[in-house]
Amino acid sequence: MSDTHAHSVAFVRTEEIPEQAPPYAATGPVKWMRENLFATPANTLLTIVAAYFIYLILTPSVPWILNGVWNANSLSECREILDGATGACFAVLTERWPQLIFGFKYPSDLYWRPSLAFVLLFVAVAPVLFFDLPRKLLAFTALYPFIAFYLIWGGTIFVPLLALVGVMGGFAVYQRFVAGSFAAGFFGGIAAALVIWQVGGLLIPEGASDNAMLRAVPSRDLGGFMLNMMLGVTCVSLSIPIGIALALGRQSSMPLIKLVCVVFIEFIRGVPLITLLFVASVMLAYFFPPDSTVDLFLRVVIMITMFSAAYIAEVIRGGLAALPKGQYEGADSLGLDYAQATRLIILPQALKISIPGIVNIAVGLFKDTTLVSVISMFDVLGMIRGPILASTEWNGVYWELLGFAALLFFVTCYGISQYSQWLERRLATDHR
Amino acid sequence: MTTLTDPPRASFRLSMLINDTRYRSLTFQAIALLVLIVSFAYLANNLLTNLAAAGLNIAYDFLGSPAGYDINQTLIEYDSQSSNARAAVVGILNTLLVAFLACVTATVFGVLAGVLRLSNNWLVSKLMSFYVEIFRNIPVLIWIIIIFTIMTAVMPAPRAFRGDEPEATMLLGSIAFTNRGVYLPAPVWGPGSMVVVLTFIASIVGVFAYRRYATNLLYATGKLLPTGWPSLAILFVPSLLVFFVLGRPISLDYPVLGGFNFSGGIQVGAPLIALWFALSIYTGAFIAENVRAGIQAVSRGQTEAASALGLRPGRVMNLVVLPQALRVIIPPLISQYLNITKNSSLAIAVGYADVTATLGGITLNQTGRAIECVLLLMLFYLTISLSISAIMNVYNNSVKLKER
Repeated sequence: MSDTHAHSVAFVRTEEIPEQAPPYAATGPVKWMRENLFATPANTLLTIVAAYFIYLILTPSVPWILNGVWNANSLSECREILDGATGACFAVLTERWPQLIFGFKYPSDLYWRPSLAFVLLFVAVAPVLFFDLPRKLLAFTALYPFIAFYLIWGGTIFVPLLALVGVMGGFAVYQRFVAGSFAAGFFGGIAAALVIWQVGGLLIPEGASDNAMLRAVPSRDLGGFMLNMMLGVTCVSLSIPIGIALALGRQSSMPLIKLVCVVFIEFIRGVPLITLLFVASVMLAYFFPPDSTVDLFLRVVIMITMFSAAYIAEVIRGGLAALPKGQYEGADSLGLDYAQATRLIILPQALKISIPGIVNIAVGLFKDTTLVSVISMFDVLGMIRGPILASTEWNGVYWELLGFAALLFFVTCYGISQYSQWLERRLATDHR
Repeated sequence: MTTLTDPPRASFRLSMLINDTRYRSLTFQAIALLVLIVSFAYLANNLLTNLAAAGLNIAYDFLGSPAGYDINQTLIEYDSQSSNARAAVVGILNTLLVAFLACVTATVFGVLAGVLRLSNNWLVSKLMSFYVEIFRNIPVLIWIIIIFTIMTAVMPAPRAFRGDEPEATMLLGSIAFTNRGVYLPAPVWGPGSMVVVLTFIASIVGVFAYRRYATNLLYATGKLLPTGWPSLAILFVPSLLVFFVLGRPISLDYPVLGGFNFSGGIQVGAPLIALWFALSIYTGAFIAENVRAGIQAVSRGQTEAASALGLRPGRVMNLVVLPQALRVIIPPLISQYLNITKNSSLAIAVGYADVTATLGGITLNQTGRAIECVLLLMLFYLTISLSISAIMNVYNNSVKLKER
C-alpha cells in the first residue's frame, strides 16, 4: 500500500515548512528606507540634499558645543583654555546666570524670593491646566497672585493682605446678590472691593514698608527672564477676563457698547506692540493724575494687557460665532436671562472652542515680552544686549548668550504648544 | 369667544428702566455713555494739567522744522536739513520697502516649507517640521538680532577683499558680503533701455494672452497646446532680441574695492538685510503651517476622484487641490502680511530707519513731542492695517462659496 503510494507521488511533505523571514528588502530598516527616503529618483535627490544640509549645520556646531568651556571669568580666559580650538564659551552663562535670570539690580541675597514664587507658580497653575487634579487646589491658585506679589516686591504685608480682603469682600457681596440679579451682584461686588481698598488704604501706616519682614524691592530693579515671565503670566491672566468682556460686547445688541468694543479691538489690533510700548514709556504718564507715580512696569502691564485682550477677544468671538444658533435659542426658551445664558450655556462651550486660539495668543504674547528691551527695560534680551555684551569681560560672546535666550523661549513656548495640542485632543468630543 | 387684546398700557414708571426689557438696553447704554464721557473727561483733564505743568502744548509745527539728523538708507532725497515730515516719509517708504520684500520671501519660504512638510520623504518632512517649530517658538526680535550679529560680526571687513590672496572673495565676482552691508551690481539704464523694459512688459501681457488662447482653444476644439516652454519663450526671447539689437542699453555697475570701502553698485545695509531675512524666515514658518493646513483641508476624496477621472498628478494639484486650498490659505496669509508690516517696527532694535525709528525714535527724542509723534505713528499703522483688512474682506467675499 505504502509502496504504491510512494511510486505514484514523487514526494509528500509530512511536516509544515518552518516560517521563513520575509525577504531582506521587504522588512525592517531597509524597507522603511526604501519607502521613506529613496522611493523615487527625485525623492533620493531630496534625501541627499537634506542630509548634506544637516551635515553642513552639524559639522561646525557639534564640536563648538562639545568643546564648550564652562568655567572661566572672561572671554580672553576662555580663549586661553580653548587654545585655538573651536569651542563655545558657556562660562558666560554660569558667571552671569543671576543677571540673566533676575536682572542686574535685584538684590542677590533675595534671589530665593522670586525663585520660590516661580516654583509656587507651577502649583498654582497645575489645577487650571489639568482638570484631574483635586478642585480644592484652585483655592491656592486664587491666593497665588497675592503671595507672588508679596514675595517678589516685598514691603509691608498689609498691601497684599488688603488687596486679598478687598477681593474676598467683593466676592462675598457678589455671592449674596447674584441669585437676584447678575448685574447687582457683579457691580455690587466691584463697589464693595473698591470701598474696602479705599478705607483700608487709609489704615496702612505711613512707612510700613521700611522695616517690613520682607525687604521692599522697587519695580525698576526687576529684570532678566524673571521680567519676561512676570509680564507674560500677569498680562495673559489679566487679559482673558477683559477679552471675554470685549468679545461679548462686540456681539452685543446694544449699538453703543458694540461700537466701543469694535473701535477698541480694531484700534489695538491695527498698531504694532512697539507703538503701544512707546505709549507706555513716553505718553501714558500724562494721563494719570499729576501727583501719582505709576512706575514703568505697571504702565507696560497696562498696555500689554490691552494688546492681548484685543487679540483674545477676537479668538473668543470666533468661539462664540462657532456655537450653533440652537444653543442660544435653547437657553432663551428655558427662560434664562442674558447673564444666566451666557454664564451657564454659552461661555463654557465657546471658551472650550477657543482654548487653542487663546494658547496661541499666550505663546505669541510671551514671545513679545522681549520687545520691552526696546524701551530700555532689562529683560533677558535687554540684559544680553546691554550690560553683559557691553562688559569688558564678555564683549563678543554673541552666540552663547543669544542661543541661551533662544533656548529659554523655545523650551517654554514649545512646551505650552504641546500642552495645547494635548488639551485639544482631550477636549475633543466630536466623533472622528 | 374671547379676543386677545393688547395689555392695558401702563403709564411709564421709573422702575421700568431696569425691569422692562424694552427700556433696559437704553438704560445700560446711557450709563455706559456717561461712564465713557466721564472717564474721557478725567483723562483729558489729567493730560491738560500735566501738559500745563510741563509747559508743553499739542502742536504739529515741529514737522516743518529741519530734522537735523542723517539717515543712511533712503529711497528719496534726504539730508539733515530736510524737515521732520520728510524724515517721516523716508521712514514710511523704508517700512513699506522692508515689508514688501519680507512678504515676498516669506511667501516663498512658507510655501516651500509647507509643501515639503507634507512630502513622503521622511528626512525632508522632519527637517521642515524642525524648521517650523524652531522659528515659531523663538521671538522674532531674537532672530533679528542673531541675523544682524551674523551680518556685522561674522562677515569680513572690506579690507579682507584686498591683496593678491584675499581672505574673502566676492560671490560670482560681483556680490560682496561685508560687515558694512552687501554690495550688489547696480543696473545702469542707458539710452534705449526703456524699449527693452516696454518689450518685457509686453511679453508678460503676451504670455497671459497666449495662455488664455490655449485654454479657449482647448474648450472649443479639444486641441491641447503646450503652455510650459512657449510661455518661457514668449517671456524672454523678444526682450533678449531687443536688448542685443539695441546694443545692450542696460549694463551693470559692479562694486569695486577702492580705498577702505567698496564703491559703485548698490549697498544694502546690514540692518535692512537682518530685518528682511529675519522677518521672512520667521513669518515663513507661520505661513508654512497655513499652507499645510490649507492643503490638508482638501479632503482626500477630492484627490482620489480627480485621479479616478484620469487627471495627471500635476493637473490634480492645479485644477482640483490648489483652488480649494487657496480659499483656506489666503485669509491667514494676508493676516501674516499684516503681521510682517507690524513686526517691521522692530527695525528700531537694529537701527534700520523705518518710520518707528525716524518719527517714533529720533524725531520724538529730539523734539520731545511724544504725544504727537506716537499718535502719527499709530495713525500710519492703523491706515495700513485697515486698508489691508478692507482688501481682505473684498477678497473673502469674492471667493466665498456661493450658497443658495
